[in-house]
Amino acid sequence: MSAKFIQIFGFAVTIVAIQVFTQLTDSSFHLTQFTMTAYYSLLVIGLCMLIGYAGQISLGHAGFFAIGGYMSAFLTTHNLAAMKGTPFIALLSKLGLLVERKDLYGGELLAFHPWSACILSVCTVLVIAYVIGGPVLKLKGHYLAMATLGFGIIIYRIVLGTSSLGAADGISGVPGFSIFPGVMIGGSGSGRILNYYVAWGIVIAGMTFLLNLIGSRVGRALSAIHGAEDAAEAMGIPTANYKLRVFVLSAGFAAVAGVLLTHYNGSIGPSEASVMKSVRYVAIVAIGGMTSLWGAISMSLILNYFSLRGSFGTYDDAVFGVILILIMLFAPDGLIRKQVLGDLKSYLKRIRSKAVAS
Amino acid sequence: MELLLQYIVAGVTYGTIYAIVAIGFNIIYNTTGIINFAQGEFVMLGGMTAFTLKEYLPLPVAIISAVIITMIIGALIEIVFIRWLHKPSVLRMIIITIGLSILIRETALHIWGEGVTALPYFTGTSVTSVNLGGVFVSPQVFWAVGISSIMVILLGIFFNFTLLGKQMRACSANREAARLCGISTRNMVTFSFMLSAGIGALGGCIVSPITYIQYDSGSQLAIKGFTVAILGGLGNSTAAVAAAMILGILESFSIWALPAAYKDVVSIAIMLIILFVKPSGLFGNAAAARLKEY
Repeated sequence: MSAKFIQIFGFAVTIVAIQVFTQLTDSSFHLTQFTMTAYYSLLVIGLCMLIGYAGQISLGHAGFFAIGGYMSAFLTTHNLAAMKGTPFIALLSKLGLLVERKDLYGGELLAFHPWSACILSVCTVLVIAYVIGGPVLKLKGHYLAMATLGFGIIIYRIVLGTSSLGAADGISGVPGFSIFPGVMIGGSGSGRILNYYVAWGIVIAGMTFLLNLIGSRVGRALSAIHGAEDAAEAMGIPTANYKLRVFVLSAGFAAVAGVLLTHYNGSIGPSEASVMKSVRYVAIVAIGGMTSLWGAISMSLILNYFSLRGSFGTYDDAVFGVILILIMLFAPDGLIRKQVLGDLKSYLKRIRSKAVAS
Repeated sequence: MELLLQYIVAGVTYGTIYAIVAIGFNIIYNTTGIINFAQGEFVMLGGMTAFTLKEYLPLPVAIISAVIITMIIGALIEIVFIRWLHKPSVLRMIIITIGLSILIRETALHIWGEGVTALPYFTGTSVTSVNLGGVFVSPQVFWAVGISSIMVILLGIFFNFTLLGKQMRACSANREAARLCGISTRNMVTFSFMLSAGIGALGGCIVSPITYIQYDSGSQLAIKGFTVAILGGLGNSTAAVAAAMILGILESFSIWALPAAYKDVVSIAIMLIILFVKPSGLFGNAAAARLKEY
């Protein structure tokens, strides 16, 4: 058995253990937060791939998350019944992209099926990421950070200022997403355990994909880019191409996360697109050690869960700010890494030798 | 025609504050090579502190004290968080300054709450206006433009004719060489943080009556200031002033064509276009920019 398999298996066991623990302690309502955490973690591992392995910072990933979520929410709630007669809608209906259901007041509601909305949203995000990724990834350092930050703010301003997207209220009443018959991603209390496993199952699938990618030719090329971009280029690695592909991939992860979380919550608001969210994702990746997917996912599990439970109270953003500063000042390589024990030993040795010297 | 001029006046007013933030960016960038993402927070701190102090002190004294307090905070931030780092990477500095901006913002939220504050108008009231050939201009606009112009001139004198200013420029031109000449480069960095914090705070006090200040005003101002700094060419303060006026006026005209909610979208889109097309800025030299480290 490979180490990779054991790691994934160990993680799956942890996920089951959490569920069993909440079941035994009769606190299964915690699973709601754990499920939401799963979707945020999906974004975080994609971002970790971009920051840690391709070496490109993005302060705009909440933007991709929000585009995915908002688009899916809009498509599945926007009533097309009035335009039923038009040939375009008729064509969509014939293709099976639309679904009819009853709205809150029993009226007729014709909207996109969650599956078609999901695919459309994710594809849109991939196209957007591909289009802006080209020029954005040519930039380095501060310019790259500011450009991605700017993208995030534009998305935030647009969702906040557009009345058809609910402006400050966001979109609510998003239907559940039945990915297979009987498996529904949605907020109903009865499906809580099922939703929990579906969410983490998707995360584990994404994780497996990324771990395999890192171990492959692409992964080695990426770590070469991270180490020294010019050297990698000189060795014949198409650096720009690889960076763009990882950018699009991580945007795709963010979009899927946005779509699924929106269906799970039944709503999405402009705060999902805020700069603070983007910074928070970067913080989690940084604490996890930048180049460690396992570090990122474990930190995401812990921090997102406590944040969603409201453990930090009104200091929620401040907690992330402080963590970010402390980590960058004292442990820029993150907390979760193999050398932590070694560092601790050498630190103790230094203190002891100092004590001996004095 | 009058409407056109009215829009230009509004644009110049906003342009002034963007110029002030951009100059703050440039001072720190010139001595350290880092972009201080917390620059907008200095503006917010200045406006908020002056608002609190004016309860106890006359307005001019309150403003001067607020500027001094913000300068001390700027120096403390540099000494505590940045001074002792040994050759930090750009990514690390970006994340640290972003963390600092969050920290300052959240602290301000807990001190002053979510309320909007505004200093009183320096002369007259909010409805006083001067008629300039059919265009109505608030006297505060003259204050803002006047003080900023004096500030730009004083900074020019400071950097060109005083020993300290020359030392700071030497530090930005070549750090190693400056150190060999006996300049304490670390002190220069601390000083550049103090200076840009002070300039930001003064800017915050000047525009507070017109634009209002609240705990989260900083990040928006920071991105506008950065846009302007880029537009003019990073590190070039005179060009930044010109770029600030251009952006301010463009923004105020954008309200004609687009809903006001999209005002920020326009200026950020301009920033992205500049970054994509000509990262050395409108007035910058592309060949020289390539030699700089970002």
